[in-house]
Amino acid sequence: MNDDVRKQTGGYIGQSVPRREDRNLLLGQGEFVADIQLPNMVHAAFARSPLPHATIGDVDTEAARAVDGVCFVASGADVCAELPPINGMQVVTPQGWRDRVDTDILIPDQPLVPEDKVRYVGEAFALAVADSRYIAEDALELIEAELIPLPPLAEAETALATGAVLIHEHLGRNVAAFLHTKKGDGAAAMDACPNRLSRRFVHHRYAAMPMETRGVVAEYDGRTDTLTVWSSTQIVHWVRREISTALDMPEERIRCIAPDVGGGFGGKGHVYPEDILVAWLAKKLDRPVKWVEDRHEHILNAAHSRDNIYDVEIGFDDDGRILAVTSSFLVDSGAYTPVGAGIAGNSIAHMLGPYDIPHYETDCKIVLTNRTPNAPYRGAGRPEVGFAMERAVDLVANHLDLDPAKVRFRNMIPADAMPYEVGLTYRDGVPMVYDSGDYPEALNRALDALGGLDDIRARQKTALAEGKYLGLGIGCYVEGTGVGPFEGASVKIDSTGKIMVAAGACPQGQGHETVFAQFAADMWQVPIEDVFVTVADTGQVTQGYGTIASRSTVTASGAIKIASDTVQEKAFAIAANMLEAGETDLEMRDSGIGVKGVPDMHVTWRDIARAAKPGWDNQRPDGVEAGLESTSYYEPPTVTWAYAANVALVWIDPETGQIDIEKYVEVHDAGLLVNPSLADGQVKGGLVQGLGGGLLEELAYDDQGQLLTGSLADYLLPTASDVPPIEVVHMETPSPLNAFGVKGLGEGGAIAPPVVIANAVCDALRPFKAELNSTPVRWGDVANFFDGATA
Amino acid sequence: MKPALFSHLVPTTVQEALEMMGDHAAEARVLAGGQSLVPMMNFRLARPSVLVDLNRIPDLSYIDDRGDYLAVGAMTRERAIENSALVRDACPLVYDATLNIAHLPIRSRGTIGGSISNADPAAEYPATMLALDAVMIAKSGRGERSIPAAEFFEGVLSTTLNSDEILTEIRVPKAPADSGAAFVEICRRHGDFALAGVGAQVTMDGDSVAAVQLAACGVGPGPVRLTEAEAVLRDNSLTNEILSQAEQAASAQVDPDGDAHASAAYRRKLAGVMTKRAVQQAAGRAGGGV
Amino acid sequence: MTDRTSVTITVNGISLTGLAEPRMLLADFLRDELRLTGTHVGCEHGVCGACTVIVDGVAVRSCLMFAVQADGAEIRTIEGLATDGEMHPLQKLFAKHRALQCGFCTPGMLMTAIDLVDSTDDLTEEDIRVGMSAALCRCTGYEGIVNAVAEYAGKVHGKEGVR
Repeated sequence: MNDDVRKQTGGYIGQSVPRREDRNLLLGQGEFVADIQLPNMVHAAFARSPLPHATIGDVDTEAARAVDGVCFVASGADVCAELPPINGMQVVTPQGWRDRVDTDILIPDQPLVPEDKVRYVGEAFALAVADSRYIAEDALELIEAELIPLPPLAEAETALATGAVLIHEHLGRNVAAFLHTKKGDGAAAMDACPNRLSRRFVHHRYAAMPMETRGVVAEYDGRTDTLTVWSSTQIVHWVRREISTALDMPEERIRCIAPDVGGGFGGKGHVYPEDILVAWLAKKLDRPVKWVEDRHEHILNAAHSRDNIYDVEIGFDDDGRILAVTSSFLVDSGAYTPVGAGIAGNSIAHMLGPYDIPHYETDCKIVLTNRTPNAPYRGAGRPEVGFAMERAVDLVANHLDLDPAKVRFRNMIPADAMPYEVGLTYRDGVPMVYDSGDYPEALNRALDALGGLDDIRARQKTALAEGKYLGLGIGCYVEGTGVGPFEGASVKIDSTGKIMVAAGACPQGQGHETVFAQFAADMWQVPIEDVFVTVADTGQVTQGYGTIASRSTVTASGAIKIASDTVQEKAFAIAANMLEAGETDLEMRDSGIGVKGVPDMHVTWRDIARAAKPGWDNQRPDGVEAGLESTSYYEPPTVTWAYAANVALVWIDPETGQIDIEKYVEVHDAGLLVNPSLADGQVKGGLVQGLGGGLLEELAYDDQGQLLTGSLADYLLPTASDVPPIEVVHMETPSPLNAFGVKGLGEGGAIAPPVVIANAVCDALRPFKAELNSTPVRWGDVANFFDGATA
Repeated sequence: MKPALFSHLVPTTVQEALEMMGDHAAEARVLAGGQSLVPMMNFRLARPSVLVDLNRIPDLSYIDDRGDYLAVGAMTRERAIENSALVRDACPLVYDATLNIAHLPIRSRGTIGGSISNADPAAEYPATMLALDAVMIAKSGRGERSIPAAEFFEGVLSTTLNSDEILTEIRVPKAPADSGAAFVEICRRHGDFALAGVGAQVTMDGDSVAAVQLAACGVGPGPVRLTEAEAVLRDNSLTNEILSQAEQAASAQVDPDGDAHASAAYRRKLAGVMTKRAVQQAAGRAGGGV
Repeated sequence: MTDRTSVTITVNGISLTGLAEPRMLLADFLRDELRLTGTHVGCEHGVCGACTVIVDGVAVRSCLMFAVQADGAEIRTIEGLATDGEMHPLQKLFAKHRALQCGFCTPGMLMTAIDLVDSTDDLTEEDIRVGMSAALCRCTGYEGIVNAVAEYAGKVHGKEGVR
């Protein structure tokens, strides 16, 4: 089927085209925000709270101002006097979702620098600007701030306790949102289930942790009253919007560019106070201002993620058919919740995964605590709910003494049931329909890649007889991808005949310039070298959305197609005029348009572009407006559903509890792969992040709200020697929802590894009836099972 | 994360360095390889106002064979030690420990004297020196002292060096001819500080342990000489029973703290397991078998 | 104490001079004074490896050295790998094996790999994994990096691949 699509679309889609991004990056000629140097530029730094919760008293900035080389110092009060807070709901949920899901949402706005209280360790309470970052940090040390400690709400359950101090007094509660939804008879169906299990599952806090921290450079031109802002962000148009609001400037007078961005993974997927503050400083001081987040700031202050507690009940019959699932879960959102109910909304929608389960009910509290704000990170609610659900499926199997793989096959939606109406509403407000795929086949292939289920079980038995512990872990998921509301793209034919494409997407290493060029080259039937792509620049596309939520391949390709179709319609009319032929006799070929069957009758895009120009001697037919360009917006009907089956074999060292992954396999289906090699890299990169989250990475807080892992020596990212052998198998079931059959795939890899590891370890430790229902999976906890056995 | 201001003093001889330390003892710190100190300065958790930088003193970088022991200049890079055939042959535990230190680019700069003076309880060299009864040579304007390893390490990041003293040389006794050595550690990732690590040097007499030297890192406020486990092993064959007793003795002797990476109980357990493994490996290398 | 002193470094074969306070990190000096921004700063505490450069023949963290300490040194950075616009073999292999996505860690990866391969002629894949664990990549999952370094090691040491 993919060959058909490739035939239809021409030569580039579906090919592992080399990346056009690579050369600059390999030569050291990339330009990241920190690399930008402007004349007369000064450097900002932020004084950040050492306390999780405190009232701000007097802030004395006088000594800091006196430091040689310091040009500006401001307290929270100084900032709040000039700037409004950042809107709490950067992402507004659509009415359709709010109609169908019970919601009670009170999202706090976030002061750019608070004047009344600090609410997490790392929140800024003052800032300094100086000739160098070194001097700015010297100044920060001289700011004397009176911080009067308040009781810290170090975790969600503390914040929910009766009588708990309020983090945002005006909300009257520490809950940013209550959500509730149900399918079938919901919890009421549980009574009729022959077997029921209840468990608590905890998915700990970890984060995107891109290798490039955040950073912003801004320059104000007073003559034209324009601001140029370079931000290491995934959403330049949102940054422009929030600066416009805060500084009361027209959006069109602000240009926001994300230059080369060193990874994002969701952590750069919303507007932060510094995006606005640096722009404000540049205008106020009338000098270019640079702020590059240091790693310590990044760990304290850039959004964290995960950090959910799930209480789940699962009802099932004696054959392992799951009849009902209920869950009640808490999201520890930290002190603010910049992306609102997005993560929890995903969790609610994804709990049932690839299974046909008739009854489901869930409720959620998004809880405000004195932790760093929580925002989506690769997976965004899916790894958390997937951990709960896929652990629960294994527990069902254990309870019935069935193989976890067989319980999954028994419950999976078969391929012939596609498209499958789930009976829930997605967070875009549209009823959920899984659009295409073969879930059992994915799991079959995954198990085969490990030698097949029978072989695995035989090996496991042999190992156990030798006192060795081998376990099989399984984790399956589905993922709504390519979510709206829209993406924008502009397509122009340059007077040289080159195809100029700009899209609102903001890549951070995915290779969008290459992939979008593949799309455009096929749409225009030109060599890929004739396509020029610009991304992440508000100056190029009037409205854009950005690169979050596994969406850019789906949504930007849609926008490029609409814009191209619009321009091509005009181009055909002009070509018909030039060739004195009817439009229906024309076809696109050889970098232009020709008369079908007549090789000599042909005009190139260059010819047509010149013919389309405004003014004298153009060759446009009557009624056709000048110019060959369009800015268009794609509004996807709803999400496309990618899915995967993940399996792994792990060995346990009984003496140390150390976990050694023999092999990890993901069978992944994201529809048509535009660039298979890049797609493979996305899935593998995500997998390793998931393994990091499952085993190594942790933003650990003590009970006083202090972060214990504030450096990369303590926040452990996976290294080359931590990565097991990985095999990714791609299935390609096209989506029926868009022209190219594509689905999104940026996040998928990161979703399953934590639960796959936990399931594998528990499988290896079946002789001990071991349960590990929280992440990360700790060697020490694993070792304890053996101690218990020998005691 | 930029360091605070400091004065940078660059002696080119040991004598000059000692004078500078004498002049600025109260506020100065010695800058050796900088792989621990500079991160602390970048966090502004360390803010010495004077740095006496030993990196331009060529006389502090050497590995000399002095008969019974190797003398290693304090500014000898870990990478040079790793590449030294002399160290590998004469002091194999030092070699083995070196391979466990962080990563190659860190070992390019990091020095033996810096690591020992810094006395991080999780570092490999302090435990190694304690196991091998190495001697530290400390100099100041007031003269020279020889400090046995057992009297050198005081606690977390703390040694018995005086504020005007510089560690200039480490004297490591050569391994006996029929001995074997192994440094075994368990880390959450390769190159990290160990959750628990043990250095072992074992001399075999037939099937019996003639001599054994053991020390652990990561499981206490400083390196721990595992005397209890040594006593269990000495003059015994390495049976499973004896190894298990040594494991338990090591676990019982250490007194680790828990942190975000491992509980105290788990580290205690690991100290025992690493002891057993280090002894087995060292004995295997001694040709004694297990 | 804020006096800046003159620091001269031979970078990629060219002698360059700039001014630095004693506290200026070598990474900042290369980037901000010498305007060689190919070397990246990812953590400033010696863990991530993005700032790795080759100083007098060995890879070091340029965030853990002061610029004044490098006065008189010879330094090799990512900008010095290509010759007349022709990419270094390892750069080409990084592209071939998809060993980069965002490219932020790439400078440190390249310099780490070059030192690793140049200093050891008998690398196994495990050695490469351990050696490259000196630098962090958050995008790729390392497969392409390890494969690129393995092929490079094979080329440099005249072998088909690594053991």
